[in-house]
Amino acid sequence: MNTRIYSIASNTFREAVRDRVLYNLIAFAGLLSGAAILVGQISIDIEKLVVINLGLTAVSLFGVVIAIFIGIGLVSKEIEKRTLYTVLSRPVRRWEFIVGKFFGLAGTLAVNTFCMAIGVFGALLYVAHRFAGADSLIFVALYFIVLQFLIICSLALLFSSFSSPLLSAVFAFSLYVIGSFADDLRGFATLAQGVTRWIATGTAYLVPNFSALNVISSVAHQQPISGQLILHNTLYALFYTAMALSGAVLIFDRRNLK
Amino acid sequence: MAAIEILGLEKTYMVGFWRKRPKRALQPLHLAVEDGEIFGFLGPNGAGKTTTLKMLMGLVFPTAGTARILGKEWTDPEVKAQIGFLPEQPYFYDYLTAHELLDYYGQLSGVPGKDRRVRVEEVLERVALTDIKGVQLRKFSKGMLQRVGIAQAILHKPKLVFFDEPMSGLDPLGRREVRDLMLQLQQEGTTVFFSTHILSDAETLCDRVAIIHQGELRGVGAVEELTGSVEGKIEVVWQGTQVPPSIKALGAECHVTGETVRGVISANQQDAAIDALRRERLRLIAITPLRTSLESYFVEKLQHSQTTAGTTA
Repeated sequence: MNTRIYSIASNTFREAVRDRVLYNLIAFAGLLSGAAILVGQISIDIEKLVVINLGLTAVSLFGVVIAIFIGIGLVSKEIEKRTLYTVLSRPVRRWEFIVGKFFGLAGTLAVNTFCMAIGVFGALLYVAHRFAGADSLIFVALYFIVLQFLIICSLALLFSSFSSPLLSAVFAFSLYVIGSFADDLRGFATLAQGVTRWIATGTAYLVPNFSALNVISSVAHQQPISGQLILHNTLYALFYTAMALSGAVLIFDRRNLK
Repeated sequence: MAAIEILGLEKTYMVGFWRKRPKRALQPLHLAVEDGEIFGFLGPNGAGKTTTLKMLMGLVFPTAGTARILGKEWTDPEVKAQIGFLPEQPYFYDYLTAHELLDYYGQLSGVPGKDRRVRVEEVLERVALTDIKGVQLRKFSKGMLQRVGIAQAILHKPKLVFFDEPMSGLDPLGRREVRDLMLQLQQEGTTVFFSTHILSDAETLCDRVAIIHQGELRGVGAVEELTGSVEGKIEVVWQGTQVPPSIKALGAECHVTGETVRGVISANQQDAAIDALRRERLRLIAITPLRTSLESYFVEKLQHSQTTAGTTA
């Protein structure tokens, strides 16, 4: 990574920390501790399943909300507040700014996920008293969650490069919801006829396939995850992220900063 | 060598809901700024000064034209390492301290780590912010932010600095400090290009100025040329509180200010005026050729353009 991208990424991370974004971890810790205690008291034999499901879903949702709400302001806020002027008047290329911002946000989310993962394992230990070999599957689910975050960060940046924060939030959140049902959309496309089929198929392949990246239920039921799925999901997420970031760069490269 | 050569830069924005109505922000602009000079870019609000600066900084893309900065294409990233920019009413990352912000900008400008630490301390001292270098910028006043803005613009020892309304928001003392700083920069060999609508600052500081109005260049030249003497007129200043009839008889236009009287008369009446003051036993303070102020020149250029526009309409 070149120095300028690293500097922009570090500054983005610092902004998130100083703006107390990571305070969400306190809410997360509270939620998970409460749930673990409650589940331990009311569930019989399925404590682990409930804790893993609840914990990983919370990690995913907290991260998505942070990714969208920070991501949508990454470019537009800098334009609006004119902080960008003193950055781009230096030997910083516009693509470096976008990529730096992306890595900064991705880094913030990675740290966030790491801290929340400790919480999940803590809650698991509380209800199960010891770890089992199958619990290592949680790492795969967490890895897929991070892949989801990369896609959402890049989409939020893409929208932020041309629209207002409010519209960007609407677009990004809509895509997240639609993408979470991508498999259902593909199923619907196979059943539809004519133009509807074309539109449904096109949409299904265009929106990010978050349902393929969601293995929380399988992990909670201790079902194995194939290496092939890990490879496919990794390549898919990286490709989708690269495409969305390229779009953001192409748009931002032509934008007049009035 | 010209530090800046602007070769027909122009900007037209497409406005309206469908972005189909053209609005010209800057007519084709041709301008050269020599190396080492302090150049003032003058014009009323909305004249096109900031648009020009933003185009030179690569923040806004021109509709047509090009520019060369320090002998290279203005889009060349190498150029940006040698220029500094202070935007109008600057706003910075307010979660950072002044020290952190300057360190960040130093990194972006490619200043190596060891030099950067020294340079940050130097510029903080230069803009008198050393005592509060550890305070977050959200607690800074407007004037202090302007100082930070100047510090970040000169941090990497640029050969050319662009200041957009550098005196904006500063108290008289602050304005004087900025003026002194600009003169120091010039002495150090830095070219200073600054936009302003405060004419007294431009008159005090600038080697040359350009006047822009409604996106069109109205005049450019050395301050001495533009504020040149008015042919055949002199200004006589003497101590007193009244204008003697013998001076009035010479057709003088006089103004009494406290214990001083200023009179403007024809140059060929100079000897007669001196004789009259001697007869009245009044103390002569000065006789100087009458000069137009930059303000008069500026107003004349603006009025001329309005008259032309009115005639055309």
